[in-house]
Amino acid sequence: MDQIPILKVEGCLLVSIQVDMHDQLAMALQEDLTCRIVESRARGVMIDISALEIVDSFIGRMLNNIAAMARVLDAATVVVGMRPAVAITLVELGLAMTGVHTALDVDRGLKLIRTLIAQGDVRTGARVATSPV
Amino acid sequence: MPPVRSETIPVRNSEDVLRVRQIVRNWAVAAKFSLVDQTKLVTAASEIARNTVIYGGGGELTLDALEDRGRHGVRLCFRDRGPGIDDVERALRDGYTTGGGLGLGLGGARRLVNDFAIESRTGAGTTVRLTRWKT
Repeated sequence: MDQIPILKVEGCLLVSIQVDMHDQLAMALQEDLTCRIVESRARGVMIDISALEIVDSFIGRMLNNIAAMARVLDAATVVVGMRPAVAITLVELGLAMTGVHTALDVDRGLKLIRTLIAQGDVRTGARVATSPV
Repeated sequence: MPPVRSETIPVRNSEDVLRVRQIVRNWAVAAKFSLVDQTKLVTAASEIARNTVIYGGGGELTLDALEDRGRHGVRLCFRDRGPGIDDVERALRDGYTTGGGLGLGLGGARRLVNDFAIESRTGAGTTVRLTRWKT
């Protein structure tokens, strides 16, 4: 699989990462998503990582970058479905994902995106992690 | 400690990094690690494997299954013949990077395992050893 599909649902872009991504695929997704936000004028991006068995610093950085780019393009990003073991490992790794909003599942993620858009605070609540936390 | 079982695989490109994750996962499962322990070891392996490819110009990984008085562990040894690390202490510090990353790889990987050792000589390559025991 060379490309991760991006779906548009009710004004939001939805990405479900179903494969273990090598670094180039993660970079490609970052670029594809950024282009699609502009093309589709989406206000929200939801990334489902429930199938990911690990999130290392590279993938974590990609998620932070996507959120930062989306924010610049006036879209809110929510990462959903992180596995408990992944969350525990990420924090110990030192990557607190302060740059992205997270929700437990797709339902809550959609609600959070709607709230963020309604409040017009796509740009607040999360900051770009430029230094380790 | 002599390993119960060993295997060496190449770590040359980002496809190999994926294979490292899969094989380390299999070995962690075989050692009866909990899901959290599996995830920590695989994540640490992913960080070091990427360093081996990006900074070391490729290398290899030797996996060792360990057993100590009935306790199971997995030891990972990543070797490359790259340029080496000038200042290992600095490289282990969070936030230090020469590759444009977050600088969490080495220090982060160290926090995810029980034993961590790094040997590096400028011009002669780098060896990183990680061991995690079943908790």
